Amino acid sequence: MTAIEVREVTFRYPSGKGLVGASFNAAPGERLGIVGPNTAGKSTLLRLLSKVLAPQRGAVLIHGRDISRVGRLALAREVAVVPQDFQVAFPFSVNDVVLMGRYPHATGGAWGARDRAVAREAMQTVGVADLANRRVDELSGGERQLVSLARALAQEPSVLLLDEPTAHLDLRHQRDVVETVFSSGSDRMRTTVLVSHDLNLAAEHCDRLLLLAGGTVQAFGAPKEVITPQQLEQAYGCPVEVDLDPVSHRPRVRSSLARAGAVHLEMDSPRM
Amino acid sequence: MSAHAAGRRAGASPAAVLAWLAALLAASLLVSVMVGSVSLTPREALRGLFEGGSQDTAATIVRKIRLPRTLLAGIVGACLSLAGLGFQAISRNPLADPSVLGVSSGASFGLMVAVLLGIAGPTSSPILPTLFAFAGALLAAVLVYAIAQVDGRLPMTTLLLSGVIIGLFFTSCVMLATVVLAAAELQGVVFWLMGNLAPAKTGTLAVLGVVLVAGVAVLARQAPRLNLLALGEEQALQLGVEAERVKRAVFVAASLVTGAAISAAGSIGFVGLIVPHAARLLLGPDNRALVPTSVVLGAAFLILADLGARTIAAPMELPVGVITSFCGAPLFVYLLRRRRGTEAW
Repeated sequence: MTAIEVREVTFRYPSGKGLVGASFNAAPGERLGIVGPNTAGKSTLLRLLSKVLAPQRGAVLIHGRDISRVGRLALAREVAVVPQDFQVAFPFSVNDVVLMGRYPHATGGAWGARDRAVAREAMQTVGVADLANRRVDELSGGERQLVSLARALAQEPSVLLLDEPTAHLDLRHQRDVVETVFSSGSDRMRTTVLVSHDLNLAAEHCDRLLLLAGGTVQAFGAPKEVITPQQLEQAYGCPVEVDLDPVSHRPRVRSSLARAGAVHLEMDSPRM
Repeated sequence: MSAHAAGRRAGASPAAVLAWLAALLAASLLVSVMVGSVSLTPREALRGLFEGGSQDTAATIVRKIRLPRTLLAGIVGACLSLAGLGFQAISRNPLADPSVLGVSSGASFGLMVAVLLGIAGPTSSPILPTLFAFAGALLAAVLVYAIAQVDGRLPMTTLLLSGVIIGLFFTSCVMLATVVLAAAELQGVVFWLMGNLAPAKTGTLAVLGVVLVAGVAVLARQAPRLNLLALGEEQALQLGVEAERVKRAVFVAASLVTGAAISAAGSIGFVGLIVPHAARLLLGPDNRALVPTSVVLGAAFLILADLGARTIAAPMELPVGVITSFCGAPLFVYLLRRRRGTEAW
């Protein structure tokens, strides 16, 4: 059984943007990357996968069940989302926020001993256990993103959706997030969907990539099939150079700024 | 564990804080029935409250005059605080309050309509006027939220601005209505508009009490979900909360308690801003603790504010809304300035 199956899904916003006839799937434990230019429909897709939006046509299946027929609480026990921008309105503590991830499992928000244990473990996994009693609104952007990840892990999801989890982070926090989500020690039964503008991050860590452009699926396959100059130029509308990462042996996008003419000389020389 | 965290949470269990606040409420109730043109000793006041016969002057003062007024102040304070807490939770904005959002003006307008229709006279039942005020409050709240909404979110600037606009609009409607009223009716209405706890009838108290209990029941039930709404509507949905349903229930409940409070006591500003803020300082942002705390603290606060209104310029009596606004306006400015520059709304 597939963990995620998206069948001919269409969703258009009133503005006309959105997603048209998208189909793909992910096997249990697979790591799927969703890439593409701005307004390609990446975030819309995550909203459809987490039932924030309902498809106007087609269906989304999680573990073989059409999620339009699954209750929100039951779905939240399977699917957790790390949003692009994690803002908490009132001065809740890190511990409070991570415990909120237990809501789908606890009845009516009354946390039991197991909920507290799972939350503690999630904070340890992500490395924010020492922040447990700090106010979330006083943390740095990077720390807050880690808290958001811990909150999602506390949900004990079988499907984890991440929307640009490293976008606003410095190098160290990027590493912390990537390690938690993709390291060999992390839960291999968990299906992970990574939405990212960082093509190299997606190519290095994902088993398959879905390239969206203009609201449709342009390519879907292994990184070496998707991260090619032809595919990327068609999607992004600018020339792109691709080589092979010497360590991971995954395709790697070289800075396209070179070809914009600005830094031609330095970029071409001794990089390999 | 950081020293900062230890400081914030020092020994403040919700039950203990609630017990202290209940004691504060009892004390303010007692002082409120003791103080007036005739001062009573605590012993006299307690005897008046619990045993005095009909011949007892002290008992008569306490039971016929001071206790109804004190109870009205307490219940209205509790209602407005609960409404403020509810509006703040669903708009994710600590500045939301019935008066700031223009909901109080909407309720005043609704009540004015009832006065014009002749169903809010001194002898009529308080149920119909309450319903009219509720309808006005709901109308204003719906308008404010509809105007303020940008891409399904409620940014602080548009929320406050639309609150001002709707508030002014309904205030103008009320002023227009006062022109139509006969001079005899007008004086009572103007006094009521300024916020007035004086004419407390048993029927009013009963209606208000029932509405308060209903409002507390709704908010207490939704409190865990209101906590999750702090993460934003989308995250709440992704955690299994039917965000729209929760918001609607709290929205209606907050409008109802606002309408009831306004129809019983007129426009009393900023209570819904001050009290939840103070409760949050005491206990943190968990709505499960904030609902009972705000209700008890709100009751004590308005009883004490009314005590101040009665005694500061005695024998003259100030409108209690003056006292609450003098406390609330500076707090509003402080909260607004402190949050400026952050986008954590």
